[in-house]
Amino acid sequence: MSTITNAGAPTRADGTISLTELREQQPRFQGFVGGHRACVGCGQALAARLVTEAAGPDVAVANATGCLEVFSTAWPDSAWRVPWLHSLFENAGAIASGMEAAYKARGVSAKVLAFAGDGGTFDIGFQSLSGMIERNHNVLYVCYDNEAYMNTGIQRSSSTPHAAATTTSPAGRERLGKRHMKKDILQIVAAHHMPYAATASVAYPSDLRKKVRRAMEIEGTTFLLVHSPCPLGWRHDGAKSVEVARLAVTTGLVPIIELERGSLTGSMPIREPRPVVDYLRAQGRFEHLFVDTPAAREELEHIQALANYNMERYQLRGSGHDARDTAGADTVRRGGVRWA
Amino acid sequence: MRQALEGSQAIARAVALCRPDVVSAYPITPQTHIVENIAKLVADGELKCEYVSVESEHSAASVALGAAAAGARAYTASASQGILLMCEVLYDIAGLRIPMVLTCANRAVSAPLSIWNDHQDSMAVRDAGWIQIHCADNQEAVDTTIQAFRIAQDTDLPVMVCVDGFTLTHTLEPIELPTQQQVDDFLPPFVFARALDPRKPLSIGTMATPDWFTEARHSHHGAVLAAAEVIAAADADWQRITGRCGGGLLAVDGPDDARIGVVCMGSITGTLQDARAASPELPAARIIRLRSYRPFPAQALREACAGLDQVVVLERALAPGGVGIVGAEVRAALYGTPDAPRVQSVAAGLGGRDMPLTTYARLIALAQAEATTDFAILDVELDKLPEADRYAAAAMAGGQA
Ligand SMILES: Cc1ncc(C[n+]2csc(CCOP(=O)(O)OP(=O)(O)O)c2C)c(N)n1
Ligand code: SF4
Repeated sequence: MSTITNAGAPTRADGTISLTELREQQPRFQGFVGGHRACVGCGQALAARLVTEAAGPDVAVANATGCLEVFSTAWPDSAWRVPWLHSLFENAGAIASGMEAAYKARGVSAKVLAFAGDGGTFDIGFQSLSGMIERNHNVLYVCYDNEAYMNTGIQRSSSTPHAAATTTSPAGRERLGKRHMKKDILQIVAAHHMPYAATASVAYPSDLRKKVRRAMEIEGTTFLLVHSPCPLGWRHDGAKSVEVARLAVTTGLVPIIELERGSLTGSMPIREPRPVVDYLRAQGRFEHLFVDTPAAREELEHIQALANYNMERYQLRGSGHDARDTAGADTVRRGGVRWA
Repeated sequence: MRQALEGSQAIARAVALCRPDVVSAYPITPQTHIVENIAKLVADGELKCEYVSVESEHSAASVALGAAAAGARAYTASASQGILLMCEVLYDIAGLRIPMVLTCANRAVSAPLSIWNDHQDSMAVRDAGWIQIHCADNQEAVDTTIQAFRIAQDTDLPVMVCVDGFTLTHTLEPIELPTQQQVDDFLPPFVFARALDPRKPLSIGTMATPDWFTEARHSHHGAVLAAAEVIAAADADWQRITGRCGGGLLAVDGPDDARIGVVCMGSITGTLQDARAASPELPAARIIRLRSYRPFPAQALREACAGLDQVVVLERALAPGGVGIVGAEVRAALYGTPDAPRVQSVAAGLGGRDMPLTTYARLIALAQAEATTDFAILDVELDKLPEADRYAAAAMAGGQA
């Protein structure tokens, strides 16, 4: 077990404390704890921990079917320290609505969180999500976006990015992965004229926590789309999840933005934009693009154009040093700007 | 106080008397009047609850699921396509052992599209693990709705109250609505021991490996069987308070020395009783109405069939390519009992086909026929069909018409 020096109250004769003990001494609330069955480096597991930590104990979770639900529970075990309900794949929005209505009727003050993957949000659960937003239930809906149906073995969803290979959009002689575009769920959701809809990434935990806290304070439906790498489905080393997630942001492919009542109110500037190939090359799901054929070259140009479009659309290009940009957002600072 | 109320309106009032916390609503004929009436009670301030107008029946059931899991008394209603769209959620509600109440305004299932009454919808979800209670008239619908809320919370099971679409939902009847005091005396406030509570975090709906699935199923099956006593007890208690009872698990009506029995469910019971009274020239059959269809009251049925030579089951749903749905269960319950009667089974009144008083005479004729009809549709009019569609294997035995 790795040890570090504990400046506070030493628990060992040599003045060190185990990382586990240190973690347990932290006053931070943990709603989702270790011991679950996620793959090493699972972005979703990291994101769920960050979200529940930031949301605090006065919550109840409605979880759609998917990796998060499956790896966090198998009777009689559970990784959840908050009340948690799993029903089906496509009804997280609706069971969350019911939970919220129940708390309202009973005078219980607890915020309802709905958790779902991209399949459970962009595709099969979209109707119940839309209904929940339209009725403005006081629910924070978090979509853990790993860009495919991972729990069933990496099938394409409408969130899968263009050209990514999945088991139902494989690369082959005739095809370069998924033919269609990634659905712009954030804008679609925001078009419900909802109070708050934002994107976040596991690469930027402070930003993610800040957005959760922001959403928790809002009375009404809020939506958070958290870009969450899946080492198994994206085919990268589990140790590189945060790095890959960061590249998704710094290339402009995943803009980190906030929309209030449909209007853009915040974005994370990119201090040093990176070419999309840096992001794509890091993942096996795009490996078919790195062959010397006109079609592959064209596809790479196309993806770069998509990133450029995001940069323009959301004004992502940073203008020098900014504590809130992609280089500053997660720097640990004493004093100065703090957002989390 | 007795008042003339449309069935749906009476059911809505009964629901309101039960003080639900959350009602989820989605329209479908012939159920719509129920949720409309509840909406009006809420709008007029006569009922305080969260009324959630959802975007589909899948969500109507899901909202009720989430609400009950979070400790609310929850209610919804549907029919036909709505019940089928809910199917996945209905299984889930039952498997999670969530207590709630749903009214099914029984209606046929497409295709062909039919808005009229039969029992295909609730039959389609027969094995979802819900308690299913069928009502004979609107007074019973009111009483059973109130009982259902108590049965649900006493068993941790969801209860489906089945009422025949149009025949009951859209019919004005003189109804005795109980007082709020009577209902409060009968129905304690809703308490759900496993409710989602931040002070006592529980995980509900976890995955079950093969090590646990069977045990979960066993306890669910056992709980539905054990609900029989709770259903009977609730009805008996209700009778103590109001003087009215629905008949417990099944209602038996007719002479003790009857040789012919007719087994049925729902509102056709009254028609058969009237026809029997109006036809003294025919043998008087014992009419056995299954009130509780799930749990299936096998023992009560065996007792009700004592002394009978002939049993005819009147089906209101179809299992194409199979046999009579209720008939098969009746046969299974009676199999091996001493002097078991002959059991025949026929469907009638599918998709709202009128079932006139003469239906009774046809059932008696069937009981008296030499040839045995395992299963057929009693009231099909074969002359409407091309020759090729007049299937002999699907017809009544011995050329009976
Ligand atoms: C109605 C229904 N269809 C299909 C499934 C099978 N299924 C379970 S999880 C899942 C994929 C989940 O994908 P996503 O929502 O993206 O979450 P992830 O597993 O990637 O986190 C599928 C297809 C199901 N459970 N229910
Ligand atoms: S498959 Fe992907 S999303 Fe699922 S647990 Fe593994 S890393 Fe996480």
